Amino acid sequence: MPPTRRQFLSLAGGVTAAGAIPIVTLHPLQATPATLNSAIRNVVGEAQIRNGRVKLDIPPLVENGNTVPMTVSVASAMTADDHVKSIHVFNEKNPQPNIANFYLGPSSGRPQVSTRIRLADTQKVVAIARLSDDTFWQIAADVVVTLAACTEEMN
Amino acid sequence: MPALINVPAKAKRGGVIEIRTLTSHIMETGFRHTVDGKLVPRDIITSFTCRYNGDEIFRADLFPAIAANPYLSFFTVAKESGKFEFEWIGDNGYSSTASASIIVE
Repeated sequence: MPPTRRQFLSLAGGVTAAGAIPIVTLHPLQATPATLNSAIRNVVGEAQIRNGRVKLDIPPLVENGNTVPMTVSVASAMTADDHVKSIHVFNEKNPQPNIANFYLGPSSGRPQVSTRIRLADTQKVVAIARLSDDTFWQIAADVVVTLAACTEEMN
Repeated sequence: MPALINVPAKAKRGGVIEIRTLTSHIMETGFRHTVDGKLVPRDIITSFTCRYNGDEIFRADLFPAIAANPYLSFFTVAKESGKFEFEWIGDNGYSSTASASIIVE
């Protein structure tokens, strides 16, 4: 059972009355710009991320966040010396910041990947590509979601 | 039929072909609750691999943010006739495979 408003208020009031810092912290069921950042840093490390070269095709307005088509492509010749090693997609406000990691190589021919994703809220989606020279390139897209996914109740 | 695979039957040597895969899976996020407040445990596919005549040409790590019945489309260079093998691995020991053949001229 989730706490009722009354229980929450009495707890909050009790804590305030005692003048103490609340011991019960409500864990936010949401990735935040900070967790998005740390998820990105887990992948790229300390490397600099430049804007450009990556293209993210995603509808700017979606009615149903349960299935959102998305295509990521990268400007690259896809030769042995110059190709895309991986593509990483992140979100800002789902319960978890990761969406997917894709690993490619020179035999991919065309650096383009499509899938369908879930979005729990109106938010930013970030795609980052790692090239064979270990440079990172990114793009962000804003998506407005009218029906959220991920956390709704099950019937 | 657990998976739908779309690979061209024939291709020119050196041509770039698109591979599309769709597999049936609930992709339960692990963040949903039932009406009586119980957390529904996570059950997702976490990894997808495509091999072309034994060589890995594409791999993906999937997270709960991938929609149910994961769809993936990617490209490869048609090098030689042979077989594509697809493998999905997930929570609770889930594993599923599929294959498709191609003739390269």
